[in-house]
Amino acid sequence: MDTKFVNKPIMKKDAMALVMGKPVYLDDVAPKDCLIVKVLRSPHANAIVEEVKKDVALKVPNIECIYTWEDVPQNRFTMAGQTYPEPSPYDRLILDKHVRYVGDPVAIVAGSDEKSVDKALKMIKVKYKVLEPILDFRKSKDNDILVHPEESWKSLCPVGADNKRNLCASETCGNGDVEKVLSECDIVLERTYHTKANQQAMMETFRTYCYIDTYGRLNVLSSTQIVFHARRILSTALGIPKSKIRVTKPRIGGGFGAKQTLVAEIFPAFVTWKTGKPSKMIFTREESQIASTPRHEMEVTVRVGATKEGIIKAVDLYTLSNTGAYGEHGPTTVGLSGHKSIPLYGKVEAFKFAYDVVYSNVMSAGAYRGYGATQGIFALESAVNELSAKLGIDPVKIREMNMVREGDTMPAYYNETTNSCALDRCLEKAKNMINWNEKYPYKDMGNGKVRSVGVAMAMQGSGISNVDVGSATIKVDDDGLYTLLIGSADMGTGCDTILAQIAAESLECDIDNITVLAADTDSSPYDSGSYASSTTYVTGKAVCNACEKLIDIMKEEGAKALGLSVDEVDFDGKRVFGKDKEISTAELAVKSQCGTKTALEVTVSHSSPISPPPFMVGMVEIELDKETGHIDIIDYVAVVDCGTPINTNLARVQVEGGLGQGIGMALFEDVQYSEKGRMYNNSFMQYKLPARNDVGTLRVEFENSYEQTGPYGAKSIGEIVINTPSPALAHAVYNATGVYIHELPITPEKIVMGMIKNEN
Amino acid sequence: MNIQVKINGKNVKSEIDADLLLIDYLRDNGCLSVKRGCETSNCGLCTVLMNGKPVLSCSVLAARADGSEIYTLEGLQKEAEEFGTFVANQGAEQCGFCNPGFIMNVIAMLRENENPTDDEIKEYLAGNLCRCSGYEGQFRAIKNFLAQRGAK
Repeated sequence: MDTKFVNKPIMKKDAMALVMGKPVYLDDVAPKDCLIVKVLRSPHANAIVEEVKKDVALKVPNIECIYTWEDVPQNRFTMAGQTYPEPSPYDRLILDKHVRYVGDPVAIVAGSDEKSVDKALKMIKVKYKVLEPILDFRKSKDNDILVHPEESWKSLCPVGADNKRNLCASETCGNGDVEKVLSECDIVLERTYHTKANQQAMMETFRTYCYIDTYGRLNVLSSTQIVFHARRILSTALGIPKSKIRVTKPRIGGGFGAKQTLVAEIFPAFVTWKTGKPSKMIFTREESQIASTPRHEMEVTVRVGATKEGIIKAVDLYTLSNTGAYGEHGPTTVGLSGHKSIPLYGKVEAFKFAYDVVYSNVMSAGAYRGYGATQGIFALESAVNELSAKLGIDPVKIREMNMVREGDTMPAYYNETTNSCALDRCLEKAKNMINWNEKYPYKDMGNGKVRSVGVAMAMQGSGISNVDVGSATIKVDDDGLYTLLIGSADMGTGCDTILAQIAAESLECDIDNITVLAADTDSSPYDSGSYASSTTYVTGKAVCNACEKLIDIMKEEGAKALGLSVDEVDFDGKRVFGKDKEISTAELAVKSQCGTKTALEVTVSHSSPISPPPFMVGMVEIELDKETGHIDIIDYVAVVDCGTPINTNLARVQVEGGLGQGIGMALFEDVQYSEKGRMYNNSFMQYKLPARNDVGTLRVEFENSYEQTGPYGAKSIGEIVINTPSPALAHAVYNATGVYIHELPITPEKIVMGMIKNEN
Repeated sequence: MNIQVKINGKNVKSEIDADLLLIDYLRDNGCLSVKRGCETSNCGLCTVLMNGKPVLSCSVLAARADGSEIYTLEGLQKEAEEFGTFVANQGAEQCGFCNPGFIMNVIAMLRENENPTDDEIKEYLAGNLCRCSGYEGQFRAIKNFLAQRGAK
């Protein structure tokens, strides 16, 4: 592609500020003298708050206020950042008399210094009526114990939710007669896989600062991916008009979906609105671990039917998803477990996909990179690998025979057609990079160690079709420079830069001529927010379209100034010209500031009727110690089709980062509860994140397709990259040991216990 | 209690509470590059140099810094820019929140060991977690930095 800024390794606009440690994050910019907000959290997994004695605590010097459930509005809402009407049920209050997990807030305390607030928290006396909790999500549906018995619970969308059955969502869909096709198959394999509630664990915890501005409006500065949704949710929760609220963000220390849900915002917003005083809330790491919104724990049962030659003809997939105490993203994540796994197989004649999403008395789940696809792909890709072993066919060959290809229709993916798909090229390249044919399935090293390989494919979407909206305002400033206003949130991913690259390419100017101003509900054009792999594909296209329109306006104004008609002039990035006459963009800018009625400015919104999937293949080589079950990753190869990578550096780092997180999910990261529902993994000491000596060598390549509907052929990259490590590593472990691990994480204990069981 | 600390070359006298942590003391004194990621000395974000050695400032009492010399990234802007440019050229800074602690520890590593091997790099920096990058881009940045420095 002949481009100047697109498909290039451009440095992020904020990069030098970040590497030099400039004070650009929330707690760096919040003033020192604002109120410190903290919450008292429930020690019980299921209880009714009968009495809160706060009189002694209120006497602690420097305490401003203490609020309990009696002080907050009684409108239920969801904290999920989704387009209205949200599929997630309205099941929250700011503080509720009924606490539903260990960590659920009971009281809000604000004071002028942290020590006083900590002291007051200890002095609040709460009388609980302790109830029996539901901690096993398999027992939740139709249990006598109800997580949300309240009459005020409501579901805005037809997602099959029923609080009287502990159901957050439930659905069955399909295509063709799956039972009939399965009965005609030579082999039907049924397996159940279990994934855990992984933490996004971005390095900056949840945090928000609030103040009342000159106009009496609530200003919320927050580390969030979703400024517009945050404004709407705060308005519903606080019961105040949206016009009274402004939400902006500073630089964000990582999100990965965690900040697509309101977590910290609601408490300081309430305190500032009530007291009129500035306040901030900074989550501790422990709070982020026990009271946020991690990945939905899922148990996925798959039936795969195939011919003895290895043609996969039917898939039946059932997902049981655990949304925990509240339903954030419950009804939507689960859909991806089937809709973004089954379509990987293009020869499937019939499929059925059913699910239940249940409440339980553990921390609520939410959005985490991959958003259900990760869990479904672990299950289906593992099942296909187990099927290959049963049939005695190379698992790469099975995929070559069955994978979806460009031009195929995907019944399980809302009947979309793959207009751009290089999955076949990804598989071919990955196979060559890792030298699959030589290394599959394993090699005994003769020292008690085995080297083996594993494979998995993956897909995701690019935005939510017909829902997500991305907008761009582009205007000509002094000297013919441009300001690009967008509503999406750069959380480190680099979208401010990526969108500026698209603008610079479209306007044929230098990228330094584009100033980006983003994510401010007062000044940005509307954007759903940075999630669902949407920003590059949806907002990026809005930027393209806005630039085209701006060029039209500049040509019209230029033609007028030159005394020509519009079809007699052209634009080359520096000037409007025609018939030996020209006017520079700088001169146009001067004209636009004197005696004119035309604004050199345009706003465009974009939404896509389709969500073109990116595709990828991951292959891993491990060395496994048969005595201890210890795994070393030797080599991880990933080949990705994200259409055109707009920024080749940032796309590569997205892949490497996603693989790192995926490896953590596969091998280390676990969320475990005591029998009373208290989480054990409440710090980075007990919740092990991969360090740089845990991930081996990650090798990333791209096989570009060209997506006609995306900006310069781009699709998404942010989420798909977390999907292959779990199935590929489980597969490699099987090839080394004959043990198939069905429950993540794949620990040395599970491997060795499996080997002992196989021997007996 | 009263302490005197040389922060980034400047003598600072303060009256502090005995339980004040070094990280909070430094942030109170304008060193906002110092970040808190975990509170349990697992993430490396709060790394500063105390008398030339890297320490986790979330796990050191400010009182223990009495009489010592502390450097944060604010005091090492030239080194931060030199090495940081290599990180930025990879796009590996990403969200940036772990960068100051990581870069402090890279500076410490290179002062101790001018030419670390790949394994030595991974081992020395194992305590500096990064959730965004998968570490490969940071590794390329270090290798490129060493190669360029070696060529000079």
